[in-house]
Amino acid sequence: MLLHIDSIQTYYGSIQALKGISFTVDQGEIVTLIGANGAGKTTTLHTLSGILHPRHGSIFFEGQPIHTMPPHAVVRLGIAHSPEGRRVFGRLTVAENLDMGAFVRRDKAAIKQDLDRVYTLFPRLKERQKQLAGTLSGGEQQMLAMGRALMASPRLLLLDEPSMGLAPILVDLIFETILEINKQGVTVLLVEQNALMALSIASRAYVLETGSIILSGTGKELLNNPDVMKAYLGME
Amino acid sequence: MYQKFKRRVTGTQVVMWIIGFIILGGVIYGAVHTLLAATYPPRVWLDLIVFGLAQGSVYALVALGYTMVYGILRMINFAHGEVFMAGAFIGYFIATAFDRSGFLNRYYVIAQLLIFVGAMATSATIAVLLERIAYRPLRRAPRLVPLITAIGASFFLQYTFRGFFGSGIKSYPEPTALKGSITILGITVLKTQALVIVAAVVMLLALYIFVQRTKTGRAMQAVSEDKDAAALMGIDVDRIIVITFVVGGALAGAAGVLFSTLFRQVFFLTGFIPGLKAFTAAVLGGIGNVTGAMLGGLFLGIAESLFPNLVLDGLGIPAPYQLKDALAFLMLVLVLIFRPTGILGERLATKKA
Repeated sequence: MLLHIDSIQTYYGSIQALKGISFTVDQGEIVTLIGANGAGKTTTLHTLSGILHPRHGSIFFEGQPIHTMPPHAVVRLGIAHSPEGRRVFGRLTVAENLDMGAFVRRDKAAIKQDLDRVYTLFPRLKERQKQLAGTLSGGEQQMLAMGRALMASPRLLLLDEPSMGLAPILVDLIFETILEINKQGVTVLLVEQNALMALSIASRAYVLETGSIILSGTGKELLNNPDVMKAYLGME
Repeated sequence: MYQKFKRRVTGTQVVMWIIGFIILGGVIYGAVHTLLAATYPPRVWLDLIVFGLAQGSVYALVALGYTMVYGILRMINFAHGEVFMAGAFIGYFIATAFDRSGFLNRYYVIAQLLIFVGAMATSATIAVLLERIAYRPLRRAPRLVPLITAIGASFFLQYTFRGFFGSGIKSYPEPTALKGSITILGITVLKTQALVIVAAVVMLLALYIFVQRTKTGRAMQAVSEDKDAAALMGIDVDRIIVITFVVGGALAGAAGVLFSTLFRQVFFLTGFIPGLKAFTAAVLGGIGNVTGAMLGGLFLGIAESLFPNLVLDGLGIPAPYQLKDALAFLMLVLVLIFRPTGILGERLATKKA
């Protein structure tokens, strides 16, 4: 078990956002969390990467408790987070953004290798190396956010809404790339509103509703679950 | 087309532009008048520019502290002028001790370096303590709270120094090595002014390279854009904030020494007016922008030195030099009205304010 989350409860001030969530992610999987706006998907990822800390419950990464660690320590363990809304550094160039992604690493040769890997996954980024990230299109910024996270050479990649606001053709490209990244050996935890796409590439999935997990199963099972179809896939 | 234009321009803006043109006209009229009247020989203008450059480089060094802290915490550290004052005080103590023992004149270069090191270390320490004690607990508070705290910290430091060292004006010793003047490229410059300009330029360059070329500098840029995203890259945001205060404090300490070398006096309010002017310089250049703070400092220094004689004299205002402070702050008001983002500033709306 790569990641084990044990009944975490996270609060914003006095408002409880996560009401005791437990789930696991195994080595090599793509696990997805789906759910409506405000269900707690992003909060879950923020709690995982240390931006928020759970008031109760624990998180284990490779058996090590990480729920009290600050974000910069979590990255060092091999968890990289591509946040919602991309959050690329607009005043730095594409190449500098990717360089920031490798901030915690010292192994120059391996960093170079990962840079080539990112440029192979996203040839567009290579073309725009010297361009300021703030001037990229939404799709290119999403590629950069994912590429930047990959530069940390993570064992677990957290992706928050990678398809948000993108044209359908780009959504396809992003999801294909997620599969490709996973094939290269990176475990993926994917948070998505685009439930159809997420479930179709996921090995397992959890459905979140107002801070609790209400359903879980393999991607296929949930795709065929009538409740999920109705609530999240817009199908009767 | 006309409709679109009409909707964008309000009455207030029209009045503002009229005021702006009157001021601009006055500046041009005054300058032309002075120059045509040839009240002063060219030599005087040159001296004024060199002096302006010297005090401007001091402003630039202090302005960097304001701008870097603002860039990272979105907060005006109003106690920064007192960090500068502390540097001036420690510089004075060390210089006086060296002067009495004769060390200052016998080994001037080593003595001057030691004065810099002592002042920079003290100012950096005070800046870090400020951050730790006064600002860090308020990191998540509304933005007005740390601002008021900063003003409180500023008074606290002023009157602590007064309590310990008295309210008298202390005169900074003048090493023999800095007496007189030197001629560079046909321009005669006082040695003190030459020292100030050279030392400031070296530090400004060092800072520029630090911010642009080093990993820590890059991390500072990332933190100033987006703290959470920077943390997700593995950057220890608290550590970067401390480094920012160390660097800003050290530059202010060095500026304190240079300022006392230039004006040869130190007292507990030494940091107040120069601090405000450096803040003005930072706003002038576009607060949050490192290059802007440097340019803003130099511009303000030169403007303050040159404009009273150049503009006010031409307008027939008596004793124009007395008005140099008023002029500096008039510039702050004008910048805030006409270009709130400063010379190199970006629109705040595009940033995560």
